[in-house]
Parts: sequence; C-alpha cells; structure tokens
Amino acid sequence: MSLLEIEKLSLNIGRVPILKDVDLTLDAGEVMGLVGESGSGKSMTALTVMQLLPSVAKAKGRVHFDGIDILAAPEPAMCKLRGNKIGMVFQEPMTALNPVKTIGEQVAEGIRWHTRASRAEAEDRARKILDRVGLPAKKFPLSRYPHELSGGQRQRVVIAIACALKPKLLIADEPTTALDVVLQAQILDLLRDLVDENRMGLLLISHDLAVVTEMSDRITVMRHGEVMETGETAPTLSAQDHPYTRQLAQASMHVPARAKIRGTEQPTHDLLQVEAVSRDYPGHRTSLFRKPEPMRAVDGVSFSMKEGQSTALVGRSGCGKSTLARMILALDQPTGGAIRFMGEQLTGRDEAALKPARRNMQVVFQDPYGSFNPRHKVERLVAEPLHTLEKQPQGSERRDLVARALHEVGLKPADMDKYPHEFSGGQRQRLSIARAIITRPKLVVADEPVSALDVSIRAQILDLFADLNQQLGVAYLFITHDLSVARAITDDVMVMHDGKIVERGKTSDVLGNPQSEAAKALVSASPDLRRAIAKRLQEQG
Amino acid sequence: MTAYLTKRLLIALVTLAVASVVVFSMIEIVPGDPARLMLGMNATADAVQALRDQMGLDQPLLVRYVDWVSRLLTFDLGKSYTYNVPVRDLVLERSVVSLPLAMIALALSTLIAIPVGIFSAERRGRLADTISMGAAQIGVAVPNFWFALLLIYVFAVWLHMVPAGGFPGWSAGVWPALKSLILPAIALALPQAAILSRVTRSAMLEVLGEDYIRTARAKGMPRNVVLWHHALRNALIPVLTILGLQFAFLLAGAIIIENVFYLPGLGRLIFQAITQRDLIVVESVVMLLVAVVVLVNLLVDISYAIVDPRLRTRR
Repeated sequence: MSLLEIEKLSLNIGRVPILKDVDLTLDAGEVMGLVGESGSGKSMTALTVMQLLPSVAKAKGRVHFDGIDILAAPEPAMCKLRGNKIGMVFQEPMTALNPVKTIGEQVAEGIRWHTRASRAEAEDRARKILDRVGLPAKKFPLSRYPHELSGGQRQRVVIAIACALKPKLLIADEPTTALDVVLQAQILDLLRDLVDENRMGLLLISHDLAVVTEMSDRITVMRHGEVMETGETAPTLSAQDHPYTRQLAQASMHVPARAKIRGTEQPTHDLLQVEAVSRDYPGHRTSLFRKPEPMRAVDGVSFSMKEGQSTALVGRSGCGKSTLARMILALDQPTGGAIRFMGEQLTGRDEAALKPARRNMQVVFQDPYGSFNPRHKVERLVAEPLHTLEKQPQGSERRDLVARALHEVGLKPADMDKYPHEFSGGQRQRLSIARAIITRPKLVVADEPVSALDVSIRAQILDLFADLNQQLGVAYLFITHDLSVARAITDDVMVMHDGKIVERGKTSDVLGNPQSEAAKALVSASPDLRRAIAKRLQEQG
Repeated sequence: MTAYLTKRLLIALVTLAVASVVVFSMIEIVPGDPARLMLGMNATADAVQALRDQMGLDQPLLVRYVDWVSRLLTFDLGKSYTYNVPVRDLVLERSVVSLPLAMIALALSTLIAIPVGIFSAERRGRLADTISMGAAQIGVAVPNFWFALLLIYVFAVWLHMVPAGGFPGWSAGVWPALKSLILPAIALALPQAAILSRVTRSAMLEVLGEDYIRTARAKGMPRNVVLWHHALRNALIPVLTILGLQFAFLLAGAIIIENVFYLPGLGRLIFQAITQRDLIVVESVVMLLVAVVVLVNLLVDISYAIVDPRLRTRR
C-alpha cells in the first residue's frame, strides 16, 4: 500500500469540472513531481489531499493517505493530520506568514497544538527545526517578525512549520517560483535533504519542468484537470511519448530563431550611454538625531547599448537591476553619474524636456494582470504612449495605429474594443508589448517579461520579442533572473551583483564560461532541462 | 518603537498648537466687538467697557493669545460670563455625566459590534450574515434621537424601568445615576455598533482571504482557532481607527441625545453657551474637547504599534 493513493478523483466547483479521473500514487521517501500549466488542476489536487478546498467544491473518487479515507474524514480528523502527518509549503513566501506574530510563535503553535507540549518544550523544538532549515539562533531568534526576513528566509520558516513534526507527506506547491535561482537551488537542496532524513513522501508541484526533473523520481503531467502521463522522470521526459509532454518539454527549451543582424550591418553610434550611475536610498534610521547611513542600491554602473542590440541584465533579487532600469527610463533620478539616450542627457531634465526621449523608450512589466487599468478599453490602453508624440493622432488615425500595433503582436484589430479582463495572461502580455511598440521606440526595457507566464505561452512571447527585434530594429534591455531567457533572445549579457556590474560579454560566452563568483553562482543554480534529464538518466540507469 | 512614539507625540503637540490658534482666531473673526456681542445690543457703553477690561480685549492680539494659552496650560479656563462661575467647575460638573456616558456607550458598541462582525464574516453569504448585516444597515440609517424616543416610550413610559430623562447626580447614589444613563448610552451605542460591526466584518473578510490564514489552517488549527488567534489581530487596525473616531464623537457629539434625555452634559454646555453668546465658555470648552480628541488619536496610534509590529520599525 502506498503512502498516498488517489484514484479516479473528480472535482467540481458548481457545475464547472476542475479535475477529471485523476490517479496518483506516492510512496514514503519518494519525490513525485506534478507538472502542468496554470489551471491544469495541480494545486486543486494538493488542496484536495489537505481538504482545504473552497466550501463549494465537491470531490468524488478515492483519496487514501496512510490508510485513512481523506474524502470521508470528518474535519477534526483532518485537523489531526494537517501539519502533523501532512505538511504543506506554499508559493508566495512574502504573504504566507502572519505579520503580527513572531516566527517562534508561528512554528511553535503547530507543535503545541498537535503534541500538547508545554510552551517551553514547543519553543525548544521550534528552535531546533529553525536551526535545521538554516535559520540559526544567533541571527534568527524566535522573537523575529516575518517582515524582518527576506523572501528566501521566510520560505525557510514556512518549511520549518510544515516539517516541524516530521510529517509523512510534504506537499510543496510551487515552493520556489517567487525566489531567484540561487535561493531556489538552496530551498530545493533543503527539501531534498529533509526528504532523505525523514523518509518523507514529497509531492512537488511546479510549472518548471527543469526543477521537477532535478528533484523527482517520478512525474505526473496534468492538463485541463486530467492526468496526461505518469512515469519515471528521466525515461518519460527523454522519450516524450505523449504529445503534451513533448510540447511542454520543447516549450521549456525553446530558443527563438534569430538571424544575426549585428554581423551584417554594425551600427556605429551608441543608443544608450550609462556613465558611473549610482543610486542611494535613505537607510534605516537608528536614532532620531543621527543621519542614517544611505543604502547604495546601484553603485557606479557604466555601460552602453547600440541600436537594435538585445542585452540582458541578470542578477539575483535585490541586486539593483530594477533600480537601474527605473533610472534608464527616467522614472527615478540617479544620485550620481549621467545617462544619455540618443545623445540627449536624461538626468536632471524636467518632464516636458523628457518627452522626446519617452517616445523612444518604452517598458514591458512582469505582471500582465496588474499593468492595465481594468476600466479602460484596449484602444485607450494601447494608445497611451501616443501622448508623447508631437502631433497627437486622433480618431481614425489613432485607431489605425492601435490596429497596426495589435496586428504586430499577433492580436486582432477588433480586440481594441475589449477590456483587459477578456484576455488571457499571455494575450495581456502581448497587449503590453503592443503598447510598448506603438510609438516605434528605439529601446524597450522589459522587466521579467515572461516569468509570470506558462512555458508554452512563454515560448510564444519570446518568439514575438525576437520577431519584433528583427522587424523593427528595436533594442531590448531584458531584466531577468532567468538565464534561459537571457540565452534565448539576447546578444550580450551583464551580470549585476550588489549594485555593481561584475561581468559582461557575449551571452553565450558569459553564461557558458562564467568568470565572476556572482555569475558562476547564477549559472550553477539555474535549472536546465537538458542537463537535468541527462543527470537523471545516468542515475536511474 | 521609540522613534514611532516620538513622532506621534510631536504630531499631537503640533496639532494642539495649530488648533489653539484656529480656536482663538475664530473668536477674533466674529464680526464686531466680542464684548458687545456677548452683552447684546441694549448694553450700555460702560458695561461693554467693563467686560472688555475683564476679558482683556484692549491688549494686543499676541499678548492675549499667549495669556490664554498659558492659562489653559494650568487648567484655568476663565470665568463664564452667564453663570459667573469658573469654566473649570462647569466642565468638571458636566464631565461626570458626559465621560461615563461616552464610555458606557463605547463599551456597549464594542461588545456588540466585534462579535457580530466576526460572526457575520465567518458565515459570509449565509442567512445569519444577511440578517445581522441587514440589522446593521437599519442601525446605520435610523436617526439616534428617534431611536431614543422609542426607548423612552418602551422602557420609561410603558415599563417604568428607568427614568425618562434628567440626571439625579452621583450624590444620589451610583445605581440611580447609572439608571438614568443607560437609555441614552444604548441610544448612542446602537448606531455606532452598526457601523463598527460592518467595519469589523469587512476587515475580517479581507484578512480571512490572506495566505497566512491558509498557512495556519495547514498547520492543523481548526477554523475558529484560526479566526481568533490569527485573523482578529490583523483585522484590528481599521476597527481601532473607527473606535477612536467614535469615542471623540460620543464625547462631544452627544448633544442631541443629551437634549432628548435632558442630561447636563458637555454637549449641552456648549450648545447653551453658544445660544447665550458666552464666548469664554465656547472658546475654552472647544479647546478642551480638541485636546481630548487629539489624546484619543494618540492612544489609537500607540495601539496600532502594539497590534502591528511592522509599524514599530517604520520610520
């Protein structure tokens, strides 16, 4: 008998079927990867095992955990299992902890609840598990509050809560999606060690095929609430017998076709020059009367970009890459240094003087859901940058421009009369791109433009970026912590660390043979599907 | 924490200083001679001059302001023109009615509103939620003086349980005094409770959708434990804000209810002083009420920091 047995699980919310005949088994000490795109039912499967579904959800089928019929278990019995025999780790570490309780209280709470231990005993055990997940007492006393910790540290606290009572089953739902690659590698290592130590079963949910391949013994591929394929990780992914598995794997490794424009006609003058730019933020005030030490987010950065060039700015979260991007976009003023765009100084200019520069540089943000006013129609949203033009197009001229931009990003001109909520995430990112190219800019700054998207959508958007680079000759500055994006569509890469650019060069050279410590750390932590499958094949024979 | 408290304290002091200037100049802006205004049109020139001397109106503006503020700081509020007694005595005499009334009303409103709000949030969309929020809607809409009349009709006129109005004074004993305050307190509390329960409900609903509630549930804590241990404290900030505003209103704004029940409270004191053009009383009592409101807001700010650790470290 397996630790977890799911047979013919179906789930409806109202009349909408969410899961259909899902089968899944997991043994003690085994890691099962559950992959699929958003909306495929991965999280719902996990929440069914926890019985933390919304109250309107109706589940049918058989879910047995350690011999207990989960679907028939009454709520008090489930409370005994949750946090005790089954632990769960969630995607978003920034919001997963209660902001008004100390980390000690939050870890000890579950221990006291399940074991009826005294407060002192529970705190003692909380201390031990926090030490184990890499939060030593000296720097992380039990009295710390969540807001005093970084995202990676908070995720360690969540793992400590889930693993405090050595559960038989750990469910991790996208545990590293919100973290940068170096933190991701650390958290995955920690999970793997905890599984080995306690012979836990781990159900690892992810949309990232490479992560799942590195971690799991077996994988289950889901789509539209159904299991497409299940099997040993390496053979399944190398054979790619199922068409959907093949589609996922290929989308994960997708590299857009790009003709080399830089070899043929080398542009001579610089589009963007960044000279010794720094940015300080006011530091944390320790006394009312002493001036706080400033925090230097960007530290003496210099580089230049040519027309039509596609450059990646990579680095871990908090390294200063977004601050640098904001200054290039003239949304923030540098503390020191100068930025020139098309020969014009950007620093210290007022808004009116910046207008010509603004029309030639546009931006695409990470979150395709948050970057549109939901009450405006697409026509108005996409036409927004047109106000930077000398002569502002009106009426049919404006509609023509919007229609052209929509056509260029693969949407229909008729879409301009719709509202943003009528589009999917991928389509919304196309809208963001349409908005960015409508003024025919020379430079588009894209801040993590594909990291919120599913792999197949991601592949399409990368193709679109590559295509527009060819057609319009627009230069890109891609800000990302995902090296596969950098590899796919950039010519050059700059590695940023602690506010400084520590390494730069041709993308293939830098990422193939990194020299600086920061670049080496990024490259070795980045999950790579090909490498992971090869490694798995060796291990599994 | 110290930085936060120091900043809040400074803000409170600056607010008081600005308010004192505003209150003082309001009296100055009143067209015509304050002394003549107080005495009425028929007063003799001698009488007006005598009052001007008494009020020090012939001195320069700045001197009078400094003089007024320094007297206020020693709790010397001047002498009422109509009653011919120190304003301080008037205020003390009225406060022993208004302060207990406000506190009873606030306690009632909190005790009703917070459990109802939590109860409704927990049963969102179910019958109990619909009924309690419907009742709250009526509570917000009904004018409190009309509700007060209804209470008087039922409990005083019909059931004879409490007096219909008036205040016997604390010297008549605690129970009779409390009995005469209970109906006005209920009349004041119910509309406040209606607002507060809606605020509590929506704050709770927002918090219950947060990720950390799911984390707590995944620890194996039952729903009601999560509700009280994790959700309530996070929902408290908006509730505290409304509570602070309500206390200020209850203290100074109970004027209509005080009139309905014929209670000698602070609200009626100001009301009477205004109709009698007793500017000295108006000036001092308004300033005093401003000080109380500022103090209450300061207490609310401090309680934010106690509830939410993130505020303690914020600059």
